[in-house]
Amino acid sequence: MQTSSGFFFTFFNVDIAVQYLPALAVGAAVTLGTGLAVVLTGTVLGVALAILRALECRVLTLAIVAFADVLRSLPPLVILIVMYFGLPEVGLPLSALFVTWFALSLVLAAYTEESVWAGISSLPDGQMEAARSTGLSWWSAMRWVVLPQALRRAVPTLTNRIISITKNTALGSVVSLNELLNAAQGASSLSGNPTPLMMAALSYVVIFLPLVILSRWLERNWVRC
Amino acid sequence: MESLIQNFFNFPVYADVFPYLMKGLWTTVWLSAIVIPLGAISGLVLAVIVTQSSRRWLRWTVIAYIDFFRAFPPLVLLILVYFGWPFLGVELDKLTAVVIAFVLNNASYYAEVFRAGLEGVPKGQMEAARSTGLARWQALCYVLIPQAARNVLPDLVGNSIEVLKLTTIASVVALPELLRSARDAQALLYNPSPIVLAALLYLVLLWPLTRWLGKLEHRRSR
Repeated sequence: MQTSSGFFFTFFNVDIAVQYLPALAVGAAVTLGTGLAVVLTGTVLGVALAILRALECRVLTLAIVAFADVLRSLPPLVILIVMYFGLPEVGLPLSALFVTWFALSLVLAAYTEESVWAGISSLPDGQMEAARSTGLSWWSAMRWVVLPQALRRAVPTLTNRIISITKNTALGSVVSLNELLNAAQGASSLSGNPTPLMMAALSYVVIFLPLVILSRWLERNWVRC
Repeated sequence: MESLIQNFFNFPVYADVFPYLMKGLWTTVWLSAIVIPLGAISGLVLAVIVTQSSRRWLRWTVIAYIDFFRAFPPLVLLILVYFGWPFLGVELDKLTAVVIAFVLNNASYYAEVFRAGLEGVPKGQMEAARSTGLARWQALCYVLIPQAARNVLPDLVGNSIEVLKLTTIASVVALPELLRSARDAQALLYNPSPIVLAALLYLVLLWPLTRWLGKLEHRRSR
């Protein structure tokens, strides 16, 4: 067993940390950017699907339920790998960045659709009927009466989902997206030292811990109409 | 269309790799059978500490542990354990590394579920159980935990499904579970059909579970 100074020399080596800081910063930027893009497209698409489902058109509902079921059932890494290694063989080569963003957005959309739909269907029918009887169109009633209440109900579950899915940007390293984990692994094997991995781990905690604490706060203080 | 069948739904390839993938599927199943109970039990212990302990510092330490691992991507944890541990001077085999990473990660998720469950049991239950002469741990085991577990059953099932899906990341350290087997077969045959077949197998395994979970959640919300 090494001495404690040996431990710090191995896992928190300042020289190596300084040397690989720029590479890791680029990786962290890719992780943050991809994560934000996934949250944006995933939630917007998910809410749109939930609204479409509320139209109660049979074919549409069936398609949306199938989409949500398949994407919630498949492991995200499997979706990423099929898209990245499979699609080029049928003439559709996609970049690692696109695949990571696209696959995770679809997964988040599926979960968002389920949460928001659960919110919409938990509201009494009277809400929609009363709103319509004041002269609002279906769309206005949905936009101003039903959806705000449904979203309020969905927020606590949704924050947890958003955290666990944006954390999955680390899976991008498997399809060689140069995000934080990939950058750290590269730096670690180049330097033969785990310090870059420790730095990446620390960065993930710095990025995601505030979100986890926010979700805890939301769970306690969010008023569910 | 022909290229799609040739590359994604190539039945001769399917027939070739099917036994091999079934072996991978079996590894996925027993890996889950190890990490799910271990994670759930550790999570239960953490939740009992958070809700029952009278020592403030202990409660806060456990909460810090839970939040830390909820913020930590499981793949990063696995890679840190698998590639970082040897630097401590001890070699870890793949399975041990995977089990350590999974239990560290899952325990925090299960702890959150059980915590919500335990907090949902009325205070009077503990008091009533104690007044019948049960010791504290007996009241916990026979009165509080069974009620808490029943109340959060959908979340427990949901979390276990997530763990089952998460076993795919063991492929990154070359543990031969279903996804790894499929990728090896793909590399060997220069054909992506095995990974499509693996996706189909995951779907067959997980779709019924996802549906069942939906039913459980629906029953609770009524």
